[in-house]
Amino acid sequence: MKSAVLVFPGINRETDMARALTLVTGNAPTMVWHADTSLPAGTDLVVVPGGFSYGDYLRCGAIAARAPIMDAVRAYAGRGGLVLGVCNGFQILCESGLLPGVLMRNARLKFICRDVFLKVEHSDSPFTRGYNAGQVIRVPVAHGEGNYVADDDTIARLEGGGRVLYRYCSPDGAIDPAWNHNGAINSIAGIVNERGNVLGMMPHPENHVEAAIGCTDGRGLFAGLAAHLEAAAA
Amino acid sequence: MKARVTVTLKSGILDPQGKAIEGALKSLGISGVASVRQGKVFDIEMEGGDPATAEAALKEAADKLLANTVIENYRVEIV
Repeated sequence: MKSAVLVFPGINRETDMARALTLVTGNAPTMVWHADTSLPAGTDLVVVPGGFSYGDYLRCGAIAARAPIMDAVRAYAGRGGLVLGVCNGFQILCESGLLPGVLMRNARLKFICRDVFLKVEHSDSPFTRGYNAGQVIRVPVAHGEGNYVADDDTIARLEGGGRVLYRYCSPDGAIDPAWNHNGAINSIAGIVNERGNVLGMMPHPENHVEAAIGCTDGRGLFAGLAAHLEAAAA
Repeated sequence: MKARVTVTLKSGILDPQGKAIEGALKSLGISGVASVRQGKVFDIEMEGGDPATAEAALKEAADKLLANTVIENYRVEIV
């Protein structure tokens, strides 16, 4: 599995992401600088990691979304290539037009850094096939702007098309406003585009892949992607 | 030529920062504040003398970068 991790000024989760990809898939990713204009040949997965690209100036992800490398990512996604955006990466994908909607300031205005519970809505996606439908996983979040907002039509299309893959939930999987820490519409934590090959999610699965950390619930996402690519290549 | 681009949240978009400012103004005892919406102002110095050209360029700037038109409206003024 050949992954490419994009690096923008101000991003700070790229090494976590590279470490997780290496640990779970067995292959170290290529780090790709934002000013580059092409992705490495044969890239199977592009990852837009988390952090604070350009210091969150203007709007979170707004400036990174206009970086030269993003034209190559748009073309790659247009050909059906897999793209994963985490946290600031999710914001960048929304700003770049690859995903609908926008991540607004958390409803209670606080930056939230803690573990949350996510319900895996279904396992029919490359991004969820490492889990069971309805499974609850525990992964960390660290963001001030994770409150997913889109217009009613967009939400209806996302929900109707099974495009919400991850939702904030209670430890036993109940969708409850009390466990929707940032106020996202319908407790949305992660969505895919219409074609299903671009995922954006606020939580950080890459930070729960090692037993030493105390939880390995994030491994399934990367293992599922590797299994998907292996099956596609067979 | 001086220009100003003003970006504001569309109506119906929740503005928690505006709400917090509204609460602070009320706690300061400033009377008559019904609601607050926070926006952004960009003061831009443009080269060249044709206002129509400048306005067209700034509209492109707003559409492509300064505003996220999913949630924001903008206004371009040549001042």
